[in-house]
Amino acid sequence: MKAKIFASIAVAITGAVLLYAVTDFPRFGDPRSPANAGIGGGSPSASLYYIENTYRDTKVPNLVTAILADYRGYDTMFETVVILTAGMSIFAILRVLRRDDASGAPDPAPASSDPSIDGDHHRIIVGTTCRIAAPLIQIFALYVVAHGHHSPGGGFQGGVMLGASFILIALSGSLRDTLVRFGEQQYLRLAFIGILIYAGFGFLPLWVGRNFLDYGALSGLLMTSGEEMARSHSMLGVEIGVAMTVMSIMFAIFANLSTRGRLRGGL
Amino acid sequence: MIVTFDIIILVFLVIAAIISLSVKDLLAAAMIFGIYGFLICLLWAEMGAVDVAFTEATVGAGVSTVLIVATILNTRRKSTD
Repeated sequence: MKAKIFASIAVAITGAVLLYAVTDFPRFGDPRSPANAGIGGGSPSASLYYIENTYRDTKVPNLVTAILADYRGYDTMFETVVILTAGMSIFAILRVLRRDDASGAPDPAPASSDPSIDGDHHRIIVGTTCRIAAPLIQIFALYVVAHGHHSPGGGFQGGVMLGASFILIALSGSLRDTLVRFGEQQYLRLAFIGILIYAGFGFLPLWVGRNFLDYGALSGLLMTSGEEMARSHSMLGVEIGVAMTVMSIMFAIFANLSTRGRLRGGL
Repeated sequence: MIVTFDIIILVFLVIAAIISLSVKDLLAAAMIFGIYGFLICLLWAEMGAVDVAFTEATVGAGVSTVLIVATILNTRRKSTD
């Protein structure tokens, strides 16, 4: 009880300090704030540069995607590596690789052989709905990945949605059936292939003497009309790589968490 | 940016945060944490950061809730403090 009071006091003080700091922020949408107008309102700011030049440089209407995948591509690449590291950490902590698992519970029967009527109803209604919904979710996720240049979305969101569709199938049906289609070897392989796609788009410009992740150099390889279109198409490529990694790792984390790392049974 | 809408979302946000911290049943806390995520998503969409709102809706409200629920079902459901 005493610890709880101290924790409450600490939280209250921290919250008060944060609220006090908020009063120093510029007003929402203030054109003279440092982010919008540069320091002192004189020198041109970063956001002004992006707003004026992004469409001319990359032919991508969605500034957020252009900044994430092109101007700040280095950051996004290592963010994807962070996702991969999270998946590997879950694998290292939770995954039980022993074949004869003496301490664990025996593999429970899959949901399909559940004899009770309640379980049957649950399986029919929820299972059928999720089986119908999952392909639609996947198609929408592919649209989100491919259309990230023109509308909100991109590799992270689309990848999470793809992973969520697999999680939905595993939750509504059985994890065992899902792992038959999308097993551990496959998702781990896909996770690394996604990073390799991203890094490959980074390394290819080095061959022609340009900088790492300078997609404009790929206009000859991608057979585009100019460097702008090469940057646009390369962004789609790296988004696909990000989506593959995120999808695999999301499903890997769920599969390991829900089965205590045995990849058998499930919730 | 609509101030009335902002205030409504922020009030619900604080209520959801307090409830999800104080509820003893961790499964209920996870669900209310999902609601918290969706409210933050609404707030971002309303401020014009649609990409961030999309990420919050998929990662924060969607997958992380499922991961928390999966963890709770493999540990204990009741909070001890």
